[in-house]
Amino acid sequence: MTALPPPSAVRLGLVIDLDTCVGCQACVISCKGWNTENYGAPLSDQDPYGAAPAGTFLNRVHSYEVQPPAAPAQIVHFPKSCLHCADAPCVTVCPTGASYKRAEDGIVLVNEDACIGCGLCAWACPYGAREMDAAAQVMKKCTLCVDRIYNAHLPEEDRVPACVRTCPSGARHFGDLGDPDSAVSRLVEARGGFDLMPEQATRPTNKYLPPRLRDHVEAPSVLAPYLTPVADTPKGFLGWLDRALGALPGGAE
Amino acid sequence: MEWHDKRPDGMTQQPRIDLSPRISDEMRQTTCYMCACRCGINVHLKNGKVAYIEGNRDHPVNKGVLCAKGAAGIMQVNAPSRLRAPLRRTGPRGSGQFEEITWDEALAQATAWLAPLRAAAPEKLAFFTGRDQSQSFTSLWAQAFGTPNYAAHGGFCSVNMAAAGIYTMGGSFWEFGQPDWELTRLFILFGVAEDHDSNPIKIGIGQLKARGARMIGVNPIRTGYNAVADDWYGITPGTDGLLILSLIHLLLKAGRIDLDYLARYTNAPVLVNEDPASPQNGLLLRDEDGHVQVIDRRTGALARWDGAGVEPDLAGTYRHAGVTHRPVFHQIVERYLSDTYAPENVAGLTGIPAPRIRQLAAEIARTAFDEAITLDRPWTDFRGVEHATMTGRPVSFHAMRGISAHANGFQTCRALHLLQILIGAVETPGGMRFKPPYPKPATAHPKPHCKVTPGQPLGGPHLGYVQGPEDLCLDEAGNPARIDKAFSWENPMSAHGLMHMVISNAHAGDPYRIDTLFMYMANMSWNSSMNTSGTMQMLTDQDDNGDYVIPHIIYSDAYSSEMVAYADLILPDTTYLERHDCISLLDRPICEAGAVADAIRWPVVAPDRDVRAFQSVLCDLGHRLALPGFVNTDGTAKYADYADYITNHIRRPGIGPLAGWRMGEGGLQHGRGTANAGQIDNYIAHGSFWIEHVPEDAAYYKPWSQAYQDWAVRMGFYDTPQPYIFQLYAEPMRRFQLAAEGEGTRQPPDHLRGQIIATMDPLPVWYAPLSDGHTDPVSYPLHALTQRPMAMYHSWGSQNAWLRQIHGHNPLYLPTSVWETQGFAEGDWALVTSPHGSITVPVAHMAALNANTVWTWNAIGKRKGAWALDPAAPEATKGFLLNHLIHELLPARGDDLRWANSDPITGQAAWFDLRVRVEKCPAQFTSQPDHPAIGAPVAQGPATLAWTVGK
Repeated sequence: MTALPPPSAVRLGLVIDLDTCVGCQACVISCKGWNTENYGAPLSDQDPYGAAPAGTFLNRVHSYEVQPPAAPAQIVHFPKSCLHCADAPCVTVCPTGASYKRAEDGIVLVNEDACIGCGLCAWACPYGAREMDAAAQVMKKCTLCVDRIYNAHLPEEDRVPACVRTCPSGARHFGDLGDPDSAVSRLVEARGGFDLMPEQATRPTNKYLPPRLRDHVEAPSVLAPYLTPVADTPKGFLGWLDRALGALPGGAE
Repeated sequence: MEWHDKRPDGMTQQPRIDLSPRISDEMRQTTCYMCACRCGINVHLKNGKVAYIEGNRDHPVNKGVLCAKGAAGIMQVNAPSRLRAPLRRTGPRGSGQFEEITWDEALAQATAWLAPLRAAAPEKLAFFTGRDQSQSFTSLWAQAFGTPNYAAHGGFCSVNMAAAGIYTMGGSFWEFGQPDWELTRLFILFGVAEDHDSNPIKIGIGQLKARGARMIGVNPIRTGYNAVADDWYGITPGTDGLLILSLIHLLLKAGRIDLDYLARYTNAPVLVNEDPASPQNGLLLRDEDGHVQVIDRRTGALARWDGAGVEPDLAGTYRHAGVTHRPVFHQIVERYLSDTYAPENVAGLTGIPAPRIRQLAAEIARTAFDEAITLDRPWTDFRGVEHATMTGRPVSFHAMRGISAHANGFQTCRALHLLQILIGAVETPGGMRFKPPYPKPATAHPKPHCKVTPGQPLGGPHLGYVQGPEDLCLDEAGNPARIDKAFSWENPMSAHGLMHMVISNAHAGDPYRIDTLFMYMANMSWNSSMNTSGTMQMLTDQDDNGDYVIPHIIYSDAYSSEMVAYADLILPDTTYLERHDCISLLDRPICEAGAVADAIRWPVVAPDRDVRAFQSVLCDLGHRLALPGFVNTDGTAKYADYADYITNHIRRPGIGPLAGWRMGEGGLQHGRGTANAGQIDNYIAHGSFWIEHVPEDAAYYKPWSQAYQDWAVRMGFYDTPQPYIFQLYAEPMRRFQLAAEGEGTRQPPDHLRGQIIATMDPLPVWYAPLSDGHTDPVSYPLHALTQRPMAMYHSWGSQNAWLRQIHGHNPLYLPTSVWETQGFAEGDWALVTSPHGSITVPVAHMAALNANTVWTWNAIGKRKGAWALDPAAPEATKGFLLNHLIHELLPARGDDLRWANSDPITGQAAWFDLRVRVEKCPAQFTSQPDHPAIGAPVAQGPATLAWTVGK
């Protein structure tokens, strides 16, 4: 069993806007690209050109259909990766200490040198956010791009996770959720950001912003004035036109 | 258990990790080619190999972001499906049996086939390029060869959108224009649009959302961008035009239109001859010099449209020599106030209830007029009138293939532009903005050229914008001059050609037979053709002598696509990371509304095999064939390769393929100038693109702003200011109608007169998709659509190891009504039947869908044996194409004529007019039709991939 560090003041994580995510999968592939070439073993692919391709991904986007009782059905795109929980069950379950939570910023990582590939952490994670790499036989998970966010080789503005940097619609935000004044904390406050599956008591650091109200139909009485006819016939309309043109600059009125 | 920074084995809990690993040995900036977006990319190299690709933050198109395809580009370079060397067919066509040959052998073979054609009958070469991004170069080559038979893939993509925009207002969406993302307050998206301008639209949607602006989707399918829209109109396919005309009806009736804008900047005040007996009936009144006439409100007298200080009158009529002339605006009022377009009368066909149509119109009215924007920015228009402010109607639109790929698509796209213009929301703040070098009206574009002279080049560009029957591409007998029948009476305004008809017409010998079909990046034996099985047959058919009906096929591709097996000679291309390219202002540029820009690609890695960039191969072939413009006077090659062409080609004095870093008298300058030997290096040093911003006082009202026009001349877009007014009334269309009514000497065949009169209305009109006239709606009650997923749209090579794990098969999505009525359950299959054929496919339920529509992801299905995939790959077993259900011709009418399944105005392939019926059937192992595996010149990919180059 592995212990969690005392709660850190800095709690780095993601805020993912479900109102804006178009489900394009850009974050999935940028993550695959960066983390194949960086932290730990490459994210391998089994049978990549075959009948049952199956590779390791640290971030996946799922799409769900929602059917409200009295409105058209909606599609919600739902990106999912490690939520870097405060009470991370994947850490406490680890028999070797390979799975750990960083004391200084709360990022949950796997020390691949110590990982025995037992898979207990994936079983303990209620979000299904960990994947065993079939080639390396070690557990892989989102590192919050720990090798980008402090990376002195990168320009300051690029020191964000690869998924955040690439997100075309700006649906992914990175920052310190331990700081109530940070941009991400203010966004969570303003938009009613929520915890995924709070009943699991994992206290995730990552937050989701809910989709805004869709398919709101305004009352006809509000909208009707915008369409009040000026005339009912072409002839009547041309009469209106003469009056309207007269009111324009250079007109008779 | 307490935390004490120690693991059970005594090691420290937190291992020391490298927080600052080096990113790469070197970062090289170039331009993506995973789709048509053309984003800037940073390619990180380790040990000389591609290690990681990310977006270029400084680039005008993507501003640092990158989509899934772009980030997966590494798997394109690394793909096992890449061709290795030139190939000569050894087995029967379609077998996929080849031998590798040298480039000298390959080019000698091509020359041996092509040289005699050029000498005797250049039209017997049909040269069609698919997802070509070098059309200003490939068309130049085809012109020099002298064949009239050249086009790229626009005819089966979105020509309706492009041509309707050019004819109406000098530009459309995507590469022509974009919403004013910073200022718009209501963004309305029509139809599937994920397939063009993808990252800019995603960026724009993110901007709208961050500002709290509103977004509405009009689309039968609520996926992608429509999934994040605040409101959704699940319209019935093919009826968008009717909905738009109903919106116009409501806005007009309520006087919610911008009269000042219409009077000043459109042809609404231009006078139309309304004498039914006149040969000029329906044409615009002109003075002796050909200038269209308006009534000047200051004097009440006739005036040129562009006269100094003229205030055109929308209301006044003019009677002369017994002929009444009324302004275009009178016709607009009469037509669209008709109850034909009342919401109650279009609700049934569109599937949108009348109150919802009113809601949409009211939202447009409220935003355009009650939330109008005023910028305190003085500007002067082309009549010399000074304006103290800029007034904007912050309603913007975007549309692309969805409304385009119907037989009524051109008129629907025109209707959308009419709506935009009526509310004054084009080139005004918050509305739609053109991207330089657009706007550019149809009259400023070339006309098509088709006159063949053996051994000589064509007289000018193949493609262009006709103004009337005199510009059609017909031979002396009045028959189509082009193999695809572009610019013929069947589809007079086919500005992008009809690539989807080339093989069918060549096989039928209609209008004539060809000798060599030469194609580039065009998967015609699979997802790029309608009637896929029929196309394979046409490509392999032999005549009575045992010769192929299409005698020679040359094909260039970088990958082992389905089309490779159907060619006789393969010229293997490089990937986009291994070659030079230019994204040119002469072609389809990458500009922003506020800036002009162009870009290059360059070999950021060297090919590891015997492949050559197709454009460089064309330079070589041009030399071997001694094509004018490709040889020097001493017979030597004019261009060593494509990079040489990009640097040194001069299109007209001072203008070359790239506008940045040209040579002037005082050194390097932009826009105009002579060739600069170091130009490509200058681009590389600046991230592989050049950008220059539009001056602030020229940022809006581009077609009419003196400041913009002067800047455009300085930049070299044109040589003198070219102001113009929007063509709400499209006079060229009326000229074709007049001919069909019997006026003039160039006359259409009788069987086309009715179609021309009905469809080529000079004001936007809606008619039912033509195939509906052949398809019993009771037998085929459902509309069937396709779209490409965002992770694959417009991409070349769905074999990508990473992307195929996201989209590896494609069910047919059924709406709730169909799902429940037939008792479908998860895992079920269905027989899907159109008038043309049947397919058997897996199905899935989707509620967020128009009740009469089924759809699937396009081009996921692969032919067994192609793309270096296992024949048991899900793409080949469960994947499928709807293409099998769509014929390139409409069902026969018993008149012995071949009627194309295309828009009768532009020839755009009417993919989205497909109607089907769906019947539950027993579960299958494989989708039907199940074509046998084709042979391939490449081996299947590896069993495991742990792609890393830096460890």
